[in-house]
Amino acid sequence: MNKTYNQKAWFFVIPVFVLVAFNAVVPLMTVVNYSFQETFGSNVFAWEGTRWFKQILHSERFHASLGRQFIFTFIILLIQLPLGIAIALTMPKKGWGVPVCLILMSMPLLIPWNVVGAMWNIFALPDIGFLGNSLNSLGFDYNFTQQSGDAWFTTILMDVWHWTSLVVLLSYAGLNSIQPAYYQAAEIDGASRWDIFRYIELPKMKKVLTLAILLRFMDSFMIYTEPFVLTGGGPGNATNFLSLDLVKMALGQFDLGPAAAMSLIYFLIVLLICWVFYSLMMKNEGRT
Amino acid sequence: MSLELKNVEKKVGIETHIYSTNLKLEKNTINVLLGSTLAGKTTLMQIMAGLDKPTSGEIWFNDENVTGKEVQKRNCSMVYQQFINYPNFTVFENIASPLKITGVKPDEIKERVGKVAELLKLSAMLNKKPDELSGGQQQRTALARALVKDSDLILLDEPLANLDFKLREELREELPKLFEDRDCIVVYATTEPLDALMIGGNTATLLEGRIIQYGETLKVYNKPENLISAKVFSDPPMNIAEISKSGDMFKLKDYNVQWKSDIKIKDGDYKIGIRPHNITTYKEGNNSVEINGKVLISELSGSESLIHFTSGKLNWVSLSNGVQQKNIGENTKLFMNVDEFLYFDANNRLVTNG
Repeated sequence: MNKTYNQKAWFFVIPVFVLVAFNAVVPLMTVVNYSFQETFGSNVFAWEGTRWFKQILHSERFHASLGRQFIFTFIILLIQLPLGIAIALTMPKKGWGVPVCLILMSMPLLIPWNVVGAMWNIFALPDIGFLGNSLNSLGFDYNFTQQSGDAWFTTILMDVWHWTSLVVLLSYAGLNSIQPAYYQAAEIDGASRWDIFRYIELPKMKKVLTLAILLRFMDSFMIYTEPFVLTGGGPGNATNFLSLDLVKMALGQFDLGPAAAMSLIYFLIVLLICWVFYSLMMKNEGRT
Repeated sequence: MSLELKNVEKKVGIETHIYSTNLKLEKNTINVLLGSTLAGKTTLMQIMAGLDKPTSGEIWFNDENVTGKEVQKRNCSMVYQQFINYPNFTVFENIASPLKITGVKPDEIKERVGKVAELLKLSAMLNKKPDELSGGQQQRTALARALVKDSDLILLDEPLANLDFKLREELREELPKLFEDRDCIVVYATTEPLDALMIGGNTATLLEGRIIQYGETLKVYNKPENLISAKVFSDPPMNIAEISKSGDMFKLKDYNVQWKSDIKIKDGDYKIGIRPHNITTYKEGNNSVEINGKVLISELSGSESLIHFTSGKLNWVSLSNGVQQKNIGENTKLFMNVDEFLYFDANNRLVTNG
């Protein structure tokens, strides 16, 4: 049989190609370009091979900020997931409470990130901030600009305030998609509240929770604006997370080569963890 | 063993979902709740199970008032229209789940699950998860979970509605057999009159929150107490027309159709109900009367032909055997089997039939 070949379909793909090229491929390739070369501006480049990568991978500074980043993300997930699920479980399923709760929950998500940072900065100031002042007058020696523990506490609290809602909203959507018959069937079986959560709600929420974990992992692992405004990475290097460190290296010290290498390593870590996590979660999903 | 609803009423806000209802279900019976959607079948079942509390009235089980008793403490099981199974349990674990919760020993669980699985042809699938099964198998698993428990009360809420035609036929045949030698009360909700007829037992016809009639299925079908019950228990829908009687002559009002009958009712106006299969394109029975109509639609299924036609002011439905080819718009002659007419009085009560 003679087939008519028609290549016109390619024209439909071109706009996407152009878009993706300009917002992803070209910038990424620029970074790749920087990571293998030395430059002092004015478009003068000298080939350095894998030197920057070796330097970054052996750099104690990188290890330290990567470590901080992992600890931060781990704590964030550990708090936000259970808390988010718990809040979603207590939210009303019908009536006037639903829109009220949903709007209250979405509020923190709507505030620009640097505003969140500034808000918490003022809120937590030990002398005039409501949080800082209250803690101090309660007898706690709280000062997030000078004590690393307090800086961590404040950053984590801020992130929990800002982002737990996302987990809540996703879990809430997951919970609402469970047909009432499941609950009734479990009740008829004589299942306890915990059984219902463990064997119906949790498995039924698996997909949205996977999504929530992925989003929260990526966002918290790449957190920049809020700690930048709140602590600026300090005191010392206490809250100097990966992206803060990266920007310091690239723009503060103008070490474009090492910074490019670092961002590629950073990118690969995020990609790798997401891929491993997603594959593990979806391993037994079967046909659905 | 018996389950009795005494003056049970259910209101939600200002809406009444169930009007005051009395119903007594006996041991070892299958009881069909027949009615269209929103007739209150599911609400009634949930009240029976204890998932929902009646606004007023009482529920008695074995001479014990169980009105406020929690569902967990009652011994009942339920199967839903949707296929409800624990999503991350295997079929075995799913079937075993009600036993595990009540603390049955592992050996016994294994034995009982094995038996039920065999009965429902699930033996080969015990290690699969629900989403690896077909719809029919998922519903069998849900049925197995309901059967394994030896409940006093088994509630089936349109269990076949989401299955495709073939599976539905298959399971419908098996269902009555599954409950045959069980010491329990079975309640089966359905929208389809055919389900009720095939399952047998007793039938309650429901409309808009009221039980219209309850009794042996065939009795309810053959002698509906009133027009509403007859309508609920007729699919395709029953033809209803007004007639007048004087002496032994009956006449279809506004039609040139009349017949003789020796049934003993007073002269006057009545309504008749004619089931579609009693209007045919050929003469059936010794006593038939002709009606002329214009074909609106004809649906052929091979073994049967459903012909919608218009005659006078009314639209009629007829159901004949075999293939009866009729063209749309064609004028045709149909025969109504007089012996099968149902006669209703001005209050829509059945006066006599035949």
